[in-house]
Amino acid sequence: MNATVLVPDTSPMLTRNPAMRLIRDTWLIFHRSLWLTIRQPVWIIFGMMLPLLYLFLFGPLLEGATQAAGTGTNAFNWFIPGLLIQIAIFGTAFGGFGLIAELRSGVIERMRVTPMSRSAMLLGRSLRDVVILMFQAMLLIVLAIPLGLDVDAAGVVVVLGMLALIGLVTAPLSYAAALILKSEDAFAPLVNSIAMPLLLLSGILLPMALAPDWLQFLSSLNPLTHTVDAARALFNGQWGDPEIAIGVGITTVLAVASVWLASRVFARANA
Amino acid sequence: MASVSPIRGTMIETSELRRTFKTRKAQIEAVAGVDLHVGTGEIFGFLGPNGAGKTTTLRMLATLITPTSGTATVAGVDLRRQPQLVRERIGYVPQGGSTDPAETGRGELVLQGRLYGMDAAAARARATQVLAALDLEPAADRPTATYSGGMRRRLDVGLGIVHRPQVLFLDEPTTGLDPQARARMWDEIRGLREQGTTVFLTTHYLEEADALADRLAIIDHGRIVAEGTADALKRQVAGDVITLGVDGDREAVLATVRDQAFVREASTEDELIRLYVDQGETAVPQILRILDGAGLAARTITLARPSLDDVFLRQTGRSLREEPAA
Repeated sequence: MNATVLVPDTSPMLTRNPAMRLIRDTWLIFHRSLWLTIRQPVWIIFGMMLPLLYLFLFGPLLEGATQAAGTGTNAFNWFIPGLLIQIAIFGTAFGGFGLIAELRSGVIERMRVTPMSRSAMLLGRSLRDVVILMFQAMLLIVLAIPLGLDVDAAGVVVVLGMLALIGLVTAPLSYAAALILKSEDAFAPLVNSIAMPLLLLSGILLPMALAPDWLQFLSSLNPLTHTVDAARALFNGQWGDPEIAIGVGITTVLAVASVWLASRVFARANA
Repeated sequence: MASVSPIRGTMIETSELRRTFKTRKAQIEAVAGVDLHVGTGEIFGFLGPNGAGKTTTLRMLATLITPTSGTATVAGVDLRRQPQLVRERIGYVPQGGSTDPAETGRGELVLQGRLYGMDAAAARARATQVLAALDLEPAADRPTATYSGGMRRRLDVGLGIVHRPQVLFLDEPTTGLDPQARARMWDEIRGLREQGTTVFLTTHYLEEADALADRLAIIDHGRIVAEGTADALKRQVAGDVITLGVDGDREAVLATVRDQAFVREASTEDELIRLYVDQGETAVPQILRILDGAGLAARTITLARPSLDDVFLRQTGRSLREEPAA
């Protein structure tokens, strides 16, 4: 080996301020994971397949249903908010799969021996998921405009912000679950058994106004119902609708709770 | 910055280090009170069969799992009080790889340097240095999925030394490598020692501990059963074995050699005389001279050394070679 290369030395200058360290390391992990995802875009494309099928093959069916339920809007203005939230949930809930692969390759263990911030391992990956989600959501909105989507521009901006918050609820929980379970076989059924009921109970596919009372009651307990309602109000520019504040508020609280909880899992010494 | 003066003498010191795991049925004592002393600048080998507690001990020292009890000092820092400071001073190469198949070797090294606190330019410069030192330049910008096993393992080592740690932990560094790649890895590890890096490596290969380690410890069932240089450990066993083949007067030969001070024990069977001596290489010429002086002769003479396996056998009653492959 080259004589000048491997001489032991004191460590390089480290950022010892924990907040600076967190921001810096989050950026490093975000940058790396986004770059690796872009290089293998198969998952992004795969993630877009289902929403696009719904958009083109299911959306046009809804004209009658939305009118029957008295939603007072055109089918796409009603349907696209729900579809966006479906992407937000399913696009980020399976992020844990990637983490399990990284656990298996030894990358996570390697990083846990460095002085890097443990929370940054979580946040960097979660923010990558949010950025991809933003890209997918904007693509879907643009593709829906020729089909009849007619939206309030400011509303769209707030909806995108709310989708980002949903991503920050789901992605950290997904990574925490993956870190605990460490196996795809346990992880996939867990995610499906939580995400599917939440989606069905949120009135994404058909108006909940068509549902029997007990189902409407269950649906009202589902936080996603309120985010979907908020997104619909925002798309139609109904700024006076109280559901907007409720939906955004619930999502914000859940995002903070989720990041906090998942950070604790990542910080645990023996996780 | 917290300042701790550079260490002289001791790099790793543990006392009664212990780790138990709870399962649903029982409590398993993976490491049952380990005392280790690793000097600065040495290659320390940690030898034992699979499941003996090697990796658990290593993972404790590398801050990946917390000890259940006991104390340890690594690179001058209390492991249990300041694991974060330990992390700045050590490098760790996990068993079974540490790279993303889609990332390039250079990309991994630059990120690793950044995670250790280097700025982007310093991390890039350091990555180039390490790639050159480990002969990975031609493959630097290819995804690691395209690397051979030996190249990937060298990159793992490179990731462990990016920040110039004082001590490098290697978990089974040559498992799964072909003989050529293994020899290459041994050279790299020796090179690290020449640069002054302390190397702590686990292995279940006897030859590896023998060839590479300045000193070694043998662990079995979570306990250290022997510690020292390979030569000292082997000498403890029974010394060397000299076997003489004799044509003529066997009893006369036996009577002549058995009274020599350097012969610990002598036995005979068939046409052979077996002598246990402390230092075979000096005993052989002496025996030849003595027999010559007495007008006797040996037809053949062979010298055999006890192996580390004999050491393990004597300490545990089992042969390490009988362990089924992992």
